[in-house]
Amino acid sequence: MIIYRSTGIVNFAQGEMATFTTFIAWTLVDHGVSYWLAFALTLVIAFVGGVALERTIVRRVEGGPVITAVILTIGLFILLGGLSNWIWKAEVRSFPPDRPFPTSAWDAGGVAISKQDAGILVVAVVLVAALWALFQFTKLGLALRASALNPTASRLVGIRVGWMLALGWGLAAALGAVAGLFTAAANPPLDPNMMRPVLIYALAAAVLGGLESPVGAIIGGLAIGVLLNLVVTYDTHIHLDLDRMRIPIAFVMILIVLLVRPSGLFGRSAVRRV
Amino acid sequence: MAPLLELDRVEARYGPVQALHGVSLSVGEGEIVAVLGGNGAGKTTTLRAVSGLVSTAGDVRFAGGRITGASPERVARAGIAHVPEGRGLFSELSVYDNVRLGAFLQSGDFDENYERVQAHFPWLDDRRNQQAGTLSGGEQQMLAIARALMSRPKLLMLDEPSLGLAPKVVRDVFRIIGELNENDGLAVLVVEQNAKLALRSSNRAYVLEVGRVALEGPSSELAENESVRKAYLGY
Repeated sequence: MIIYRSTGIVNFAQGEMATFTTFIAWTLVDHGVSYWLAFALTLVIAFVGGVALERTIVRRVEGGPVITAVILTIGLFILLGGLSNWIWKAEVRSFPPDRPFPTSAWDAGGVAISKQDAGILVVAVVLVAALWALFQFTKLGLALRASALNPTASRLVGIRVGWMLALGWGLAAALGAVAGLFTAAANPPLDPNMMRPVLIYALAAAVLGGLESPVGAIIGGLAIGVLLNLVVTYDTHIHLDLDRMRIPIAFVMILIVLLVRPSGLFGRSAVRRV
Repeated sequence: MAPLLELDRVEARYGPVQALHGVSLSVGEGEIVAVLGGNGAGKTTTLRAVSGLVSTAGDVRFAGGRITGASPERVARAGIAHVPEGRGLFSELSVYDNVRLGAFLQSGDFDENYERVQAHFPWLDDRRNQQAGTLSGGEQQMLAIARALMSRPKLLMLDEPSLGLAPKVVRDVFRIIGELNENDGLAVLVVEQNAKLALRSSNRAYVLEVGRVALEGPSSELAENESVRKAYLGY
């Protein structure tokens, strides 16, 4: 979504980028680096990698037809997936070595809240808030948004649009790395395919909430999570084996939202007068 | 003294199509210069050649430096504000964000700058949170000019500011351009189809025909010369 807001491209390779960087973290830890140091290093590597990817490859399709960019990100998806299978032998790795958060749980009035989920949630909320503030309140954030909306006009007011797009990719890659590291931490071991279902849920959440709106994406994410779990829970009465149908259900939701309300629950459809 | 902006035999092309075949023109300090001509004469391309939005050969000099082939970002930094065809607003962003983007290169006092620009467009602050795309056409044109002024330009380039606007609004736009020129000494290069109005509001004018300068002179002389009017300006 960050890439969408700052470059206007939906990046289908986001999940593979996350997996790839998580394996980098695994390699670091495997060579004796401590978990949180590896975490920080991985974010930096992901950011630089994202910037480099935009500067070398993605920039060639910017300003062209949207379909070219979409096909390019699908190509990146396949390329990164293959590359990580090649480097890390497509094997499941035990990672993280120790759980980064305590595995115990709090008991809140009969509802068990695991400290790990809470820890992940806190870090995620802080990151989202920081990014939202960056986009909403800083001159740099405004320039990032402007570059995506109207590159030519942005260049005419003096914004170096090329670097803004690269920055968007860097930010998205770093955030993807956080997502990958946390996905591995929440569902160990580290699996090369771990981000595929996550990406589909994320896409469903973003489409439901409106691709433009960060708040919408969070609410969309909650809505999808609750709905999927409800569907699966009710299935214990009707025995349709819906537990395995989570991803198809998410796809159906994407389809329905796109048909009924393409701008999402919180998206603004752009109004233009001539 | 050398003119502020000088084009010397500038050529420009879009792929295989050559749009300018050696255009030479100049804008002096504190001058309003109009570029006239029909559709496809190369008016818009002339501005795009200055801004670096089209690949260019020849010589473009601005404030003593050569800017031929410079990127639009660099041209903006040099002190040229270009209000492009279609106004180039960020329609999804608020009026205020558009104004802030105009000052992107300015590190100085934003509020003082904003106040100075707002003096010409008193309604601007009342509408600051409105989405720019929902303004009327005339307001959008004003906002585009206001945003350009936020960059404290030495030269303002306007591409068909009258396009699609009601006559009264067009007069307002040109009145403000005149004020800016008179009070602040702002140099203006304006491209127009509305020849009559453009000649009345400018010091000098060039008439383009298929990518070449067909005619040039003081605006008042061009406006008075009946054969020129009939042959080139169509009124």
